[in-house]
Amino acid sequence: MNPTPSQTVGPFYGYALPFPGGGDIALGGITVHGYVHDGAGAPVPDALLEFWQADEHGDLRGRPGSLRRDPVTGAVIGRHGVDFTGFGRVATDADGHWTLRTVRPGNGYISVCVFARGLLHHLYTRIYFGQDAFLDALPAERRQTLVAVEERQGVHRFDIHLQGEKETVFLDFG
Amino acid sequence: MSELRQDDIDREIAELAGSGAGGSGHPSRDYAPYRSTLLRHPLQPLVSIKDPEAAELAGPVFGATDVTALDNDLTRQHLGEPLGERITVTGRVLDRDGRPVRGQLVEVWQANASGRYLHQRDDHPAPLDPNFTGVGRCLTDDDGWYRFTTIKPGAYPWRNHRNAWRPAHIHFSFFGTAFTQRLVSQMYFPGDPLFPYDPILQSVTDDSARQRLVATYRHDLSQPEWSLGYRWDIVLDGPAATWMEEGR
Repeated sequence: MNPTPSQTVGPFYGYALPFPGGGDIALGGITVHGYVHDGAGAPVPDALLEFWQADEHGDLRGRPGSLRRDPVTGAVIGRHGVDFTGFGRVATDADGHWTLRTVRPGNGYISVCVFARGLLHHLYTRIYFGQDAFLDALPAERRQTLVAVEERQGVHRFDIHLQGEKETVFLDFG
Repeated sequence: MSELRQDDIDREIAELAGSGAGGSGHPSRDYAPYRSTLLRHPLQPLVSIKDPEAAELAGPVFGATDVTALDNDLTRQHLGEPLGERITVTGRVLDRDGRPVRGQLVEVWQANASGRYLHQRDDHPAPLDPNFTGVGRCLTDDDGWYRFTTIKPGAYPWRNHRNAWRPAHIHFSFFGTAFTQRLVSQMYFPGDPLFPYDPILQSVTDDSARQRLVATYRHDLSQPEWSLGYRWDIVLDGPAATWMEEGR
């Protein structure tokens, strides 16, 4: 069947898609953070990042409850911390910055889906924490765009460049 | 630089009509009539991954705890009722093979009947509605159906070029069984006179693909003395791991 075409997330998703604790997939593990930049190097303050990952043991089954709700008020009360949902969602702030708290995935990478005003079809990339056969197959000058840099113990930096000299490697699964 | 006018955008849209759609029908990320694309699309080709164990062939799951029973009725989120034309929007979410996507999260957001979003950056002079937020969620049922009750959103101006107006639309977000099937799109209303002027809709340059973004008015879905009915069916692109299908 013919797919439904994508359209941009636009500028006004902010009161609909981000949710409290969206970037806290798991506490007590690592912090991953960075900036999203456009082709002129300017920060992108209206990007939305989604994260999908395996747990520490490489289990990719995911669990419900990322948006767990209070049945009385309807408010999002978030993950209960027992199950690992594997899903996170963070909007960039006015500086184009985002933060994710999670555990290091057993399979070596966190999958990222990038949405933004001005982006008509989302983009996929991956955050790697070390060596991987997939990285080895990439040209050396582009490989590093997929590898998080450990700034200090437990804090990893990963910037996303939508365009330009430092352009991030984006992925196609078709 | 002279002010960008609708005539200029019309000319650019016409030059790109029917181009580059390929098989998928998705818009090219490099679509200049929508000016915000210029610095926000990659110039390098995407890198293909064919790994059967790719994490993206699985994806996030949601359940009963992630939604409340009121989430799919955008007219009942405040003490009073919103102004506007009450509508119901329903349809099925399918994968590329026509199989229903079960128990997955569908999210919507939209402007109010006056074309105003409840967002600080939307400051054009149309009234906010104290009884309308414009956000909804639901899970698809076992046959892939979703359903929302809301009000018909208004058209609104934006600053892509002089006198740019977006046709009325509802933003939708869908999850499949795999992260590769993720989709964010916009549903339009049939017969809107703004269609030819809108570079975001026209970024889907293939006529039949663009038609898939337009809901169908369905009189059998309208309810007497209550609401008008629209149907919008969804087909999610992208592969999924076959081992993930059962039990979802």
